Amino acid sequence: MTQCCGELLRSTDLTKTYSADNGSVPALGPTSLALGHGETLALVGPSGCGKSTLLLLLAGLEKPTAGEVLFKGQPLTRPHREIALVLQDYGLFPWKTVRRNVELGLEIRGESMDSGRLDSLLAELDITEKMDLYPQQLSGGQRQRVALARALVLNPSLLLLDEPFAALDTLTRERLQDLVAAAWRKHAFGMIVVTHNIQEAVRLGRSIAVMGSTPGRILALVANPRGCSEDYRGQADFFEMSRLVRAHLEQTA
Amino acid sequence: MRTWRSYLLGASLLLAFWQIGAWWAGESVLTGPATVLAELVSESETSRFWHHVGASAWRVIAALAASFATAVPVGLVLGSSRRADRFVRPVINLTYPVPKIVLLPLVLLIFGLGDTGKIVMLSLILFFQLLITTRDAATAVSRSAKYSLYSLGGTRRHLFVHVIWPSVLPAVFTALRIATGTVVAVLFFVESIGTQYGVGFYILDAWGRADVPQIFVGIVVLAIMGAVLYEIFDVLERVFCRWKQM
Repeated sequence: MTQCCGELLRSTDLTKTYSADNGSVPALGPTSLALGHGETLALVGPSGCGKSTLLLLLAGLEKPTAGEVLFKGQPLTRPHREIALVLQDYGLFPWKTVRRNVELGLEIRGESMDSGRLDSLLAELDITEKMDLYPQQLSGGQRQRVALARALVLNPSLLLLDEPFAALDTLTRERLQDLVAAAWRKHAFGMIVVTHNIQEAVRLGRSIAVMGSTPGRILALVANPRGCSEDYRGQADFFEMSRLVRAHLEQTA
Repeated sequence: MRTWRSYLLGASLLLAFWQIGAWWAGESVLTGPATVLAELVSESETSRFWHHVGASAWRVIAALAASFATAVPVGLVLGSSRRADRFVRPVINLTYPVPKIVLLPLVLLIFGLGDTGKIVMLSLILFFQLLITTRDAATAVSRSAKYSLYSLGGTRRHLFVHVIWPSVLPAVFTALRIATGTVVAVLFFVESIGTQYGVGFYILDAWGRADVPQIFVGIVVLAIMGAVLYEIFDVLERVFCRWKQM
């Protein structure tokens, strides 16, 4: 298992306001957070609290109205090659086969991957047999596995997941959470997961940031050292942690 | 194979209704398909007939190619750049509703009575159909798809190659299929002026001579031309948008 050693990401007073026809809409209030190398953070909060906006800022895909993001000590102003993103709607391209989707990031970067490592990753995610299919021929869970493969194939230092399993049924969601936790233990990347699901936050976040809305901001930070560990789900401390996070969330409401 | 069978079935039904109509109204009012077919076979043995068909086919293909080459790139740019679209959209909104066919005299005055004027007229009509469809399809590319591409390290060029162009392509083929109907219809008008060749002229000439079977031959040829073009675009879409069949 990987442990935190040094800072991977830091955001300071990150703010985002969108301009609209009827004035400006504050999406995210001043938000500061830090993530260590090989650590995981879950951002949990009600819909519309700015979780996804925060994630896009941390991915370098949106520019903050104020504040800054430092990745490995350097200001982050655009997408970084060591940061991978997995979206709720998978972000797969229906006109590309699974293979071409998975290899697209490598192709864009002009990189290649050792076939043994690629095969091992595909086997790990159980999509070896799906490589010549198109995304629309797969189930939701299989599509999310492909999206994970496309991110992990880039060997990221930071994996960002935006409500990755929100559209899946409970069992598939839990299976994929376990898969992500196992991948985290094996590949040692930092990870930030956005979710509105308390148990998902507890399963995957070794720290859990509870967010409130209008404008979105972090209201509480809960340490959850057993996040991502094996056999955590179903244990008494898992439910205890879930109750604690729920209590924080209820306070925000 | 299934396509040909369905075409055969459709054509048989059409011919059956046509023949029943001819029996009901009488051959002097509505020429029957057997007479028209005999005339078509007879006409197809003359080089003059193929000259008419060749002239029309050239104008249609040239117009489709010219409008595709101009409208699709412009549509892609407008659909990808909000600033460019904001600037150009009012111009399109003002010019699109103008029925282009009324510009025929002006276009022929400017570009001449030859093929160029006719091809420009046809292209002008197709241009807006292709432009608006392409622009709207490019605008509809989801933000999520763009985030996805950029997060993989893609640039604007990658976005165009891997996201915008493939997502727009089915809409372009739909626009081209719709355009075939339009271009064949307008062909009749543009070939009614300043030419001795073309299926449009062939029909008008037959009309002038009150040769009803030849009028029908011209109509059938235009229908076949439209159907062939439609089918070509259908096949091209199946080849280039294979993922749509899945």
